Amino acid sequence: MNTVLPLLPAPGLPAGAPGPDALPDSAREHLATTPFGLYVHVPFCATRCGYCDFNTYTSDELGPGANRAEYAGTAIAELRRAARTLGPDLPTVSTVFVGGGTPTLLPAADLAAVLGEIRRLFPVADDVEVTTEANPETVDRGYLSVLREAGFTRVSLGMQSAAEHVLAVLDRRHTPGRAVEAAHEARAAGFEHVNLDLIYGTPGETDADWAASLDAVLSGPVDHVSAYALIVEEGTRLARRIRNGELPMPDDDVLADRYEQADATLRGAGFDWYEVSNWATSDAARCRHNELYWANANWWGVGPGAHSHVGGLRWWNVKHPAAYADRLTAGVSPAQDAELLDDADRALETIMLGLRLREGLPLELLSDVGRRRAADSVARGLLDPAAHAAGRAVLTDRGRLLADAVVRDLTD
Amino acid sequence: MTTPATTDPALIRNFCIIAHIDHGKSTLADRMLEVTGLVEGRHMRAQYLDRMDIERERGITIKAQNVRLPWTPRSGAHTGTEYVLDMIDTPGHVDFTYEVSRSLAACEGAVLLVDAAQGIEAQTLANLYLALENDLTIIPVLNKIDLPAAQPERYAEEIAHIIGCEPGDVLRVSGKTGVGVPELLDLIVDRIPAPTGEAAGPARAMIFDSVYDIYRGVITYVRVVDGRISARDKIKMMSTGATHELLEIGVISPEPKPVESLGVGEVGYFITGVKDVRQSRVGDTVTLQHKPAAESIGGYRDPKPMVYSGLYPIDGSEYPLLREALDKLLLNDAALTYEPETSAALGFGFRVGFLGLLHLEIVRERLEREAGISLISTAPNVVYRVVMEDGTEITVTNPSDWPEGKISAIYEPIVNATIIAPSDYTGAIMELCQGRRGQLGGMDYLSESRVELRYVLPLGEIIFDFFDALKSRTRGYASLDYSEGGEQESKLVKVDILLQGEAVDAFSAIVHKDKAYSYGVMMAGKLRELIPRQQFEVPIQAAVGSRVIARETVRAIRKDVLAKCYGGDITRKRKLLEKQKEGKKRMKMVGRVEVPQEAFVAALSTNESTASKK
Repeated sequence: MNTVLPLLPAPGLPAGAPGPDALPDSAREHLATTPFGLYVHVPFCATRCGYCDFNTYTSDELGPGANRAEYAGTAIAELRRAARTLGPDLPTVSTVFVGGGTPTLLPAADLAAVLGEIRRLFPVADDVEVTTEANPETVDRGYLSVLREAGFTRVSLGMQSAAEHVLAVLDRRHTPGRAVEAAHEARAAGFEHVNLDLIYGTPGETDADWAASLDAVLSGPVDHVSAYALIVEEGTRLARRIRNGELPMPDDDVLADRYEQADATLRGAGFDWYEVSNWATSDAARCRHNELYWANANWWGVGPGAHSHVGGLRWWNVKHPAAYADRLTAGVSPAQDAELLDDADRALETIMLGLRLREGLPLELLSDVGRRRAADSVARGLLDPAAHAAGRAVLTDRGRLLADAVVRDLTD
Repeated sequence: MTTPATTDPALIRNFCIIAHIDHGKSTLADRMLEVTGLVEGRHMRAQYLDRMDIERERGITIKAQNVRLPWTPRSGAHTGTEYVLDMIDTPGHVDFTYEVSRSLAACEGAVLLVDAAQGIEAQTLANLYLALENDLTIIPVLNKIDLPAAQPERYAEEIAHIIGCEPGDVLRVSGKTGVGVPELLDLIVDRIPAPTGEAAGPARAMIFDSVYDIYRGVITYVRVVDGRISARDKIKMMSTGATHELLEIGVISPEPKPVESLGVGEVGYFITGVKDVRQSRVGDTVTLQHKPAAESIGGYRDPKPMVYSGLYPIDGSEYPLLREALDKLLLNDAALTYEPETSAALGFGFRVGFLGLLHLEIVRERLEREAGISLISTAPNVVYRVVMEDGTEITVTNPSDWPEGKISAIYEPIVNATIIAPSDYTGAIMELCQGRRGQLGGMDYLSESRVELRYVLPLGEIIFDFFDALKSRTRGYASLDYSEGGEQESKLVKVDILLQGEAVDAFSAIVHKDKAYSYGVMMAGKLRELIPRQQFEVPIQAAVGSRVIARETVRAIRKDVLAKCYGGDITRKRKLLEKQKEGKKRMKMVGRVEVPQEAFVAALSTNESTASKK
C-alpha cells in the first residue's frame, strides 16, 4: 500500500462490468482488422504550466511505483496486462505515442525500455510510427539519439510560441529559440518526422507575435505543425488570472484571425491541413497515431488517467499515479470506469471525429435530417460543394472554424 | 370567558392595525396573542397569523387575517371586565387597497402603528385616510421604541400633526419586548366604540376575506352587522343571489373554533362547501335565505385587473401544468383573470390580469414554487382604450392587439400617487416624476424635514421600474402609494422589435411617442448582448409601424470549434457535444435565428423585484 499519500483506493469498475478485464465479444470482433495503437502517458512535469489541465504532477514523491525512477516499470506492468487481455491473437501495433506530462523528464533509456517491451509483447508493423512528445528544454542531441536508436521515429516538440512574453504568460520555461534548435537536434539525430506544437490566442499575443512564431516554425526542419487555440480550462491558474482581471479572455474573433493567418502561412510553405488543428508537408508526414483517434480506431492507453478505445468500449484509468501504481502492484486493472457505446453513440462519434479530417465523411453516414442539413451547410459555405456532389461532407476553410456547429447541425 | 354568539355587542371591540410593511405589525400581533394568553410562549412562532410561506419570507401580509382575543383591562374605565377584541390584520400593499378598505369597514377603530425610527410612510398615510373616511377611531402608536435609532419625540410630533392630536397622546410600544402592549389593549377597550347594529333585524354580514383550503373548500371571513347567523341557517349572497347551506360557522381564537351562531358586531368565519372564492367575494353582503335583508351593506365592487402580462412556461411541454396551476390559484384569488394566448416567440401561454405588480410577482412566484413551473413573463402593460377614426373602440390588454388602422385617440389609465420622503430629495423625486410624465398635484410638509408629494402619473409609467428608481434616488427613504385616477388621452405608439426583419411579439411594447426611441435603443442594445452570434449576421431593429428607429447587429460567429481532442478522451468531447445539442434544443427559433430562453428572460426582466417594495 502507498504510505506517502493518504489516498483512498479509487473504486474502480464493478466486477464483471465491461472493461479491459471483461472485453465484450463485440469489442473483440474487429480487433485484427482495425488499426491498433498504443498510448503511454507520462504524468510528470518539472513545473505546472498555468494553462494546462492535463493529468500531470510536478512532485517526485508520489509513492512506490509512481516515482519517476520506477514509472517505466509500472507502465510496462500495464502493457503486459494489455497483451494478456487482447491475446492470444494480438493486433499488430501500427503506432505508439508517448505523451504527457513531459515524457522526456524520464531517462531516454526508460522510454527505450518501454518501447522494447512493446516489441517483445506485441507484433509491431514494419512501418510503425513511434512518437514522443518532448519539451524543448528537456532534450539534447544525445538524448534524442538514444531514442532514435531505440526505434522512435517521430518527435513532437512543445514550442507554443516564439514570443518571450507569450511563453511567460503560458509559464513555459524554454527560451524562444530553443524549440527550433531542438528540432534541428532531432533532425541531426536521425528523426525524419519532427513536429512543432503552437498555441495561439494567448493573452497579450499580437498578430506580429503570431506571424513571428509561424516564421520561426517554418525556419526549422519540420514536416508537421499542430496549432491549437488556447483553451481557458476551469481550475487552471490561467482561468483564475483571467477571472481576477489580470489577463484578458482570448477573443473568438482574434482566434479566428490567428487560425486563418496560420493556415495561409503554412499553406504558403507547403503544409496542408489534414485535421482541423494539424498541418503536414505530405501524407507520409501526418501523425498516424492522431489519425487513429479521429478515425475511431482501436488504442490502448497506458498510464494514470489514460483513455482507451477498443471496438466501441471506452475506458479510462484512475488519475493519480500512486493509485494507478497500487492497483497494478495489487494485480488489478487500473481502469476506473468504462462505457460501452451503443449504435447511436458510435454514429455520433463517427461524425463528430470524422468531419474534422480533410477527407471528411461519406454522406451515407448521416441521417435523412443530417443530409438535409449538409445541403444547408453547403449553401452557407461551410461544406465543400464539389465534395458534397461526390457524396462526402468536407469542411471548407470557413467551415473548419465552425466545425462544432456543423457537427451539431449534421447530427440533428 | 365571553362565549361567541352570546356576547353583548357592548363588550366587543373590532379593530385593525394600519402599518407600513416592516413597521412591526405581525410582531405586535404575535405579542397580543401572548399577552392575552391565547398562545402560550412555547407554541409561539413568528408571524403567527401569516399563513403563506411567501408572507413569512417577504414579511408582508397578502391575505387579511383575524383573531378573537379575550382581554380584561387592567387600567382605565373598564378595568376588571372581560372584553372580546377582534383584530383584523389587513393586507399591506397598494395592490390590495380594496381589500384593505373592506377590512377597515369591518372595524370601529384602527391602531395606527408607526416605526419610531422611520416615521409614517405613504401607504400608511393612504390607509389612515381610508380609515378616517370610514369614521374609524384612530389610536396612534409608535412601535420599536427599543431600537437605538428610535426617535419617538420627533415622530410623535409628526403623527400628532397629521391626525390632529397631542404628541403625548401617541402611545409607545415595542412589539419585540412587549413593552406597552397591555396598555395598548386597555386603550383599545377604552377608546374604540362598541359595534352597534339591529340585533332583531334581518341578518347582514360583510365578507372581508375568503380563502380556499384544499381540505375544507372556501373559508369566508365575515363581520356581522345586523341580526344573527346560526349554524343551521341557509345563507344568501346579496350580489349574486346564490344560496348555500352552512357546513360550519366559527371564530378564530387563534385556531378555528366552531360556534352555534354569530351575533351583532362579531367577527368569524363560515364554510359552505363551495370550491371557488369567486362565490364568496370580498365586500359582498351575506344575509339569510328565509329572511333576507332588503339592502346590502354597500361598498361591494368587482375586482378589476390593472396590469396584464403574458406568462409562458420556459419548457413548452409544461403548458398543461401551467393551466392546471392557474385554475388552482383561481380558487383562492378572486382578482386573477387569464385567458390562453399564443406567442410566435414564446409558444403557448396565458395573458394574465393582475391587480398590480406585487400581485403579479406573487402569482408568478406561487406558480413557480407550488407547481414547480419555470416561467417567462412578458413586460407588464396596462389597459389602453383606443378609439379609431371610424369611431370603433378597442380595448388593448396586449401590445399584439394594437390596431393597425387610423387611430383618433388613445386613453391610458392614470393614478393619483402619494410619495413621502425626506425633503432633501424633493428635487430628485420631482425630476423622476416629470420624466415619467407626472403632473404635480400638490405638496405638503408633514414636518420640517419630511414632505408629501402628490402626483398624477400614467399607471403604465410606474409598473415597470418606477419604484426602484424612486428608491435609488432617495436612498430607500421614499415610500409610495397610489390609487386609480381614471384615464387620460395620450400620444402612445407601439414599438416592435425585429430580428432579421421579423417582429418578435414578446418584445413589443406600448410607450409614449417621446420615449419610443429610448425604448428601441435600450431593447435593441440589450438583445445585442443577449443573442448569441449565429452563422450569419443578425440585424436587430426597433420600429414604430414601418419606421425603423434603432438598429443593432449581432455579427456572424467566426469560430465554433474546439481545437484539441483531450488526449483520446473522446467521451468528454461527446458529452460536450451532447450538452451543446441539448442547449440547441432549448433555443427558440425566431425565423432562422436561434434565441436562447435566457435571452427572453433577461430581456424581459425589469431588473426590479417588486418584493423589495417597502
